[in-house]
Amino acid sequence: MENGFASPRGDAFPAGLRVLVVDDDPTWLKILEKMLKKCSYEVTTCGLARDALDMLRERKDRFDIVINDVNMPDMDGFKLLEHVGLEMDLPVIMMSVDGETSRVMKGVQHGACDYLLKPVRMKELRNIWQHVFRKKIHEVREIENHDDVQLIRGGSEEFEDGQLLSGGDLTSPKKRKDTENKEHEDQEFNDPSAVKKARVVWSVDLHQKFVDAVDQIGFDKVGPKKILDLMKVPWLTRENVASHLQKYRLYLSRLQKQNQPKSSFCGTKQSDFTSKDPTGSFGIQNSIIMRQNSAGNSSFGYCGNKILVQDVGSEIYESDLKGVISFLPVTEPKKALAADASILQKSSNGSGIGPTHSFGSLGPDVKYNIQSPNCWNGEIPVMQFAQPKQEQDPYRVLEDSYAPLPPSGGPRDQIQANGLQPALSINPRTSVTENSKAITTEIEPLCTEYGSNHAGDISRKRQRIDSFSVGGDTDVANARAFGYMSTSNGSPPMKNHSFDQIYINNWDSPQPNIIPEGGSILISPHEDLEIHSLQGYGYTENVGFNNTEFLTFEHPVPITEPSNHLIDGLRFNYDYPCDSMEYPLIDRSLFIA
Amino acid sequence: MDLKRQVAYMRRSLFDQGYLDEQFIQLEDLQDDVNPNFVEEIVTLFYRDSARLILNIEQAMEKSPLDFDKLDTYMHQFKGSSSSIGAKKVKSEATQFREFCKAGNAEGCLRTYQQLKKEYTTLRKKLETYFQLARQAGPAETASRPN
Repeated sequence: MENGFASPRGDAFPAGLRVLVVDDDPTWLKILEKMLKKCSYEVTTCGLARDALDMLRERKDRFDIVINDVNMPDMDGFKLLEHVGLEMDLPVIMMSVDGETSRVMKGVQHGACDYLLKPVRMKELRNIWQHVFRKKIHEVREIENHDDVQLIRGGSEEFEDGQLLSGGDLTSPKKRKDTENKEHEDQEFNDPSAVKKARVVWSVDLHQKFVDAVDQIGFDKVGPKKILDLMKVPWLTRENVASHLQKYRLYLSRLQKQNQPKSSFCGTKQSDFTSKDPTGSFGIQNSIIMRQNSAGNSSFGYCGNKILVQDVGSEIYESDLKGVISFLPVTEPKKALAADASILQKSSNGSGIGPTHSFGSLGPDVKYNIQSPNCWNGEIPVMQFAQPKQEQDPYRVLEDSYAPLPPSGGPRDQIQANGLQPALSINPRTSVTENSKAITTEIEPLCTEYGSNHAGDISRKRQRIDSFSVGGDTDVANARAFGYMSTSNGSPPMKNHSFDQIYINNWDSPQPNIIPEGGSILISPHEDLEIHSLQGYGYTENVGFNNTEFLTFEHPVPITEPSNHLIDGLRFNYDYPCDSMEYPLIDRSLFIA
Repeated sequence: MDLKRQVAYMRRSLFDQGYLDEQFIQLEDLQDDVNPNFVEEIVTLFYRDSARLILNIEQAMEKSPLDFDKLDTYMHQFKGSSSSIGAKKVKSEATQFREFCKAGNAEGCLRTYQQLKKEYTTLRKKLETYFQLARQAGPAETASRPN
């Protein structure tokens, strides 16, 4: 980076670096504060992990880097680490007096960019700025690479800035890259913290527009410029879109990868699972759903989440459910999982995703705000989860959508059978209009329609769900999925924080390993849910979460006009051709950064 | 011996006798005009906060049978805390204690705990004396390193 770094405070970077230190030991907190101040950093201290998260969430761009101790009383340091990484995409440094290799490794696995041993030395702290810098560069490169890929795909339209490049001119990518490099650098390097501030907040609406545009263009041909043009958002830049698209892709590909190895997830149809590169299937939502009814279709009618669909796909459709079930937040009384609640809340976005399934406990009106209403086009509003088809593990679908879900055994339980929502599928639009409540209720009966297998599953599922909140590992994953509802609008009546966090924007978790061993997200009981690995969702748009963010940890997600959302969601799904879209609905919804 | 020299001597012996390690020097380096009594403040803070941890440990030690996991956790915290002021001997006892916890050795834990407490108390007294002396000798002296 050629340009000098200039922090908003006017000092030369790294001076003025905004550090958040989290440690329950007051002595260390004071020492670290003093040390960091000596480095000319701007320090904020915090004795509780929760408080730290609140602070971070309250203003996403308030800090450049977080240093936290591994052992915190109110929350496992690794969990906090994951949350921060996923939600805020900030570099996190772990600290501990324990330097055991296994611990350090765990830190790295959870996404720590460094692991310091106590007692910490000044020289170690002086260098922490490199992590901030590195991230910036990395992001810029991602964008550039992405653009290059776009270029190669063809389309001189990809070129912007008036560059006249003939389509398919491969030499131009390089030029373009250089130009972009410059652009990015100028923008990004001048002021790392400023850049962060300038990040776009991908609200539900904005993301919807994005997804719409992508769908319209066709995932294969999508490119930042095209999307930008279609979106017609004047203040949005191409870079914003490129970066968002990048994350979207990463998220999808991560989901795909995650799902692939997990045979348990998919249940039978794993093979069908699209291993296609997710990028191609932007419009998953609908396409997948569309697929429904194909018996052997592993693609679940998930709204966009092909991955999720896997097994569910055919199943769901059989009953012509259109896979809708999944998301309905269902007013199920079952409050089993906190996650459920959260999920439901999130779905208030109207995305059909109602993970009804498991969330039985979702409060009424909890809608999964699956942010991506886009997914909805098509028949199945996403989270089809509910479609337990005989062979299929209906829950599987849910799980898939959410990201690595626990092995088949587990997921089932998680998914509430209620998720099935034939009603939704049938009339996505109209049904959407109905309240989530309505939907959920409809779903329930569906469950009964299924074979005894399902019933069994359902009951099992319910159980699971309950246990889920308790923090079972596998269940957690499900919870994860569910929790991920983006709450586009206010807070839903339900208060499920548990899930909130799960999906918080972390579409593109910087560390692919966020997923706990086994790929399931470990959601500790209740509150921990939120933290769990969003893995698979790697979609973190680093934009500060403002009120529009999806998941608000523990903040009730207002479910406003759920019906609208549902409709929108459904609508989206329909538009997508089955094949192209492979992105889970969750995607969309998650993406509300 | 004049006061300043006494202070320097005492300081030196704390290191030589293994009561304090490099971390203490780090704290001294942090002391400046903004925080002229930084080291003493930190030590005071440590003893105040660690009293809570000690209490937890003692209560846990009274239980029978011993909950080694819990004890290990407490001691881990305590160890981290004691490392903040460079309490070398205390930290070493804490490490030892944790080893016994992992081995499920109650006898070892008890013995080590007694030793730890002794070191903990001894160090406090020594540091109190040291800071008192240093204040008497004059602030400048205490802040600087010997030699």
